[in-house]
Amino acid sequence: MNETTVGPILTSDGIPLKVSLQKSERKNKIRAFLLVVPLLFFILFTFLIPIGDMLLRSVDDSYINTVFPKTFEEYKKWDKQDLPSEELYKTMFFEIKEGSGYSIGKATTRMNYAKSGWKSLLKKSKRKFKKIEDGPYKEQMIVIDKRWADMEYWKAIGVMVDPTTAGYYLNAIDLKYNADKEIIRQKENRRIYIKTWIKTFKVSVLVMFFCLILGYPISYLLATLPLKYSNLLMICVLLPFWTSLLVRTVAWMVMLQQKGVFNNLLVMSHIIADENRFQLMYNQTATIIVMTQILLPFMVLPLYSVMKTISPNYMRAALNLGASPLHAFYKVYMPNSIPGVSAGCMLVFILAIGYYITPELVGGKDGQMIGNWIAYHLKTTLNWGLCAALGAILLGVLTVLYWVYNKLVGIENIKLG
Amino acid sequence: MALPAYATTGQRVGYYSFLTYCGLVFFFLIAPIFIILPLSFSASPFFEFTREFMHFDPEAWSLRWYRQMVGISSIGDTTVVSNKWMLGTRNSFFIGISATLLATVLGTVAALGLSRRNMPFKGTIMAILISPMVVPLIITSAGMFFFYSKIGLTHTYLGLILAHTALGTPFVVITVTATLTGFDTNLIRASHSLGADTLRTFFKVIMPLILPGVISGALFAFITSFDEVVVVMFIGSVEQITIPKQMWAGLRQETSPVILCMATCLVFLSIALLTTVELLRRRSERLRGIKLQN
Repeated sequence: MNETTVGPILTSDGIPLKVSLQKSERKNKIRAFLLVVPLLFFILFTFLIPIGDMLLRSVDDSYINTVFPKTFEEYKKWDKQDLPSEELYKTMFFEIKEGSGYSIGKATTRMNYAKSGWKSLLKKSKRKFKKIEDGPYKEQMIVIDKRWADMEYWKAIGVMVDPTTAGYYLNAIDLKYNADKEIIRQKENRRIYIKTWIKTFKVSVLVMFFCLILGYPISYLLATLPLKYSNLLMICVLLPFWTSLLVRTVAWMVMLQQKGVFNNLLVMSHIIADENRFQLMYNQTATIIVMTQILLPFMVLPLYSVMKTISPNYMRAALNLGASPLHAFYKVYMPNSIPGVSAGCMLVFILAIGYYITPELVGGKDGQMIGNWIAYHLKTTLNWGLCAALGAILLGVLTVLYWVYNKLVGIENIKLG
Repeated sequence: MALPAYATTGQRVGYYSFLTYCGLVFFFLIAPIFIILPLSFSASPFFEFTREFMHFDPEAWSLRWYRQMVGISSIGDTTVVSNKWMLGTRNSFFIGISATLLATVLGTVAALGLSRRNMPFKGTIMAILISPMVVPLIITSAGMFFFYSKIGLTHTYLGLILAHTALGTPFVVITVTATLTGFDTNLIRASHSLGADTLRTFFKVIMPLILPGVISGALFAFITSFDEVVVVMFIGSVEQITIPKQMWAGLRQETSPVILCMATCLVFLSIALLTTVELLRRRSERLRGIKLQN
C-alpha cells in the first residue's frame, strides 16, 4: 500500500460520496414517508381527531357561559357572603326571560349536575317571568319561588363560571364540588364509579388469569405436537377468533340460561333438581366465563409463536442432566416462554378492560363494566361530559398499558393467526 | 411430543391428564359455536333443546326460522316478503366491502412504506396506525359520535364506511408488513435494471408476492366491519340496519330464534374465511421459501 487517497472519495459527478449518499438516503426516507402519509391522514381525521374531540369535551364547560354571559360577568362581582344584589337578579331575570327555551333547557341540564333543583326552578321561572314587566326583580323572583332566596343555588353557579371544569373527572371517581368549589365525596348512595372501576380491573385480571391457565397448556401442546396435528388443532383456536363476537355471545346465552344446555345436562343427569337450576346468566360469573372464551385465542396466539421458537433440545438436555420432567419444565421451559406470557397477558388485559358488548348482554346488573357506563351516559342520560371523562380515564390507563406492551413486545409483532 | 417407551406410571398419568385437560380446553373453545347449529332447526320459539327435539320428533324440527330470516313469513294465506334481516345483510355487505376496499388500498400502501429500511419514526407511526385496534370500541364510538355529528357524517353510509375503514386498516397493515418481512428487495432492483418503472414493478413483481398477505388483511378488515355493532349503533341511523345490529336488537328485545339461523350462517362464513386465510398463509410461506418444520 504505497498509494494513499487524499481527500474524500468522489462520485463520478464530482460530489463527495458521503454527501451523495446522504442525499439519496434522505430521498428514500421521504419516499417511504410519503407512502404512509395517506393512511396517517386518514386515521388522523377519522379516528384520532374524534377521540381528541371527546377528550376536550370532558373538561368543556363553555356552553352555559354562552347562555348566561352577562349573569356570569355580574356573578364574579358577588362576595358570596349575603344574597346577591338586585343587579345580579336583574341580569339573570332578563337572560332567562329572553333566552330561547332550547338553550335554557340545555343549560339547566348542566346546572342540575351542579345542584339538583336548578332544572325545575328555571323551568318554573321561565314560565312565570313572562308576567313580570318591571322591577325591582329580586323580590318578585323570590315570590315566584323561594329557592331564589337560597344561597346554595347561587353558590352553585360558582362551580360553572369557568369555561373549563374538572367536575366531570371528579364525578368519574365519585367526588364532586360543593357550593364553595371544594372537592368533597359524593353521597353514599351515589358512589358507583370507584366500585365499577375496581370491578372492571378485577374482571379483567380474572379473565387474564383464566386465559393464562387455560391457554398455556394448549399452546404448549400445539407448539410441541407434529405440525400435521397441531395445524388441525390450531383451527379450534382460530375459528372462535374468526367467529362474530355476537354469535359467540348468543351461543353462551344458549348454554348458560336457566333452560340452557348446561342446566339441562345437570338436570338430566340428576345432579340437581329441576326447580333449583343454577342462575348462570346475568351476573359477573357469566361475564368472566364468556369473556375468557372470547379472549382465549388472543392469549394462545402470542404464547404459541414464542413457544414455537423454544428448541425441544433444551428440555432434552435438562432431562438428560437428571432433572425430573416437572423440574425441567419449571427451570428451563417456563423462563423461556415468559415473553409469550407477558405478551398474551397484556393483550388480553388491554382488550378486556374496555369490553362493552358481552357484559351488556350476559352481565346483568352485577357484571357491568366501565364501558357499559360510558354507553349508558352516551345514549341514555346524555351526560356527555361524564361519558367523555370516564372514556378519557380509561383511555389514559390503556395508553400506559399500550406503551408498556410496545416496549415489551413491539407493536409490530402482533400475530393474527 | 410423545411418551417415551420407558415412561413411568406417574409420567403416564401426568401425560394423559395433561392431554385430557387440553381436550377440555379445546372443547370449551369450540363447543359453544357448534351448539347453535342444531338449535337453529328447532321449531321451538325459545333457545332450548326440548325433549321432542332431542328425540328427533319431526314436529320439533323445522325450517320456519330460516324462512323468516330470508323474509318469507306467512300471515294467514298471504306471504309477506319484507324483512329486516335481508336489509341488514345487504347493508352489511355494502358497508363491509366498501370499507375493505378502502382499508386494503390505504393499508397496503402504508405497509410498503413501513417496511422500507429507512422509514423515519417507524415505531411511533406503527403505534398510531395500530391504535384503532386497541382502543375500546365504546370509546371510539363515543369520539366518532361527537365528532361526526359536528360535521354531518352521522346517519350516513359514508360515515359508517369511514369508521369501519379506520377499524380495519390495522389488520391490513399488520398482515402486509408481516408478509413483507421476508421480501427480497433485490427483486425490485432486478426489475428496475431490466427497465420496468415503479408502477410496473409494483404490479408485476411486488404485488404477486405479497398478494396472499394483502388478501388475508382484506379478509380480516372485512370480518371486522361485518361483525362490528357498537359504532353502527351510535353513528348509524335507525334505518341503517346491519346484521350484527339486528342481532343485537333481537337479543335485547324479542329473542327470536331467527338470530340462531343468522348465527349459523355467520359461522359458515367464518369457516370459509378462515379456510381461505389458512390456505393463503401456506401458499405465502411456500412462495417465500419458508420451509415447514417437521
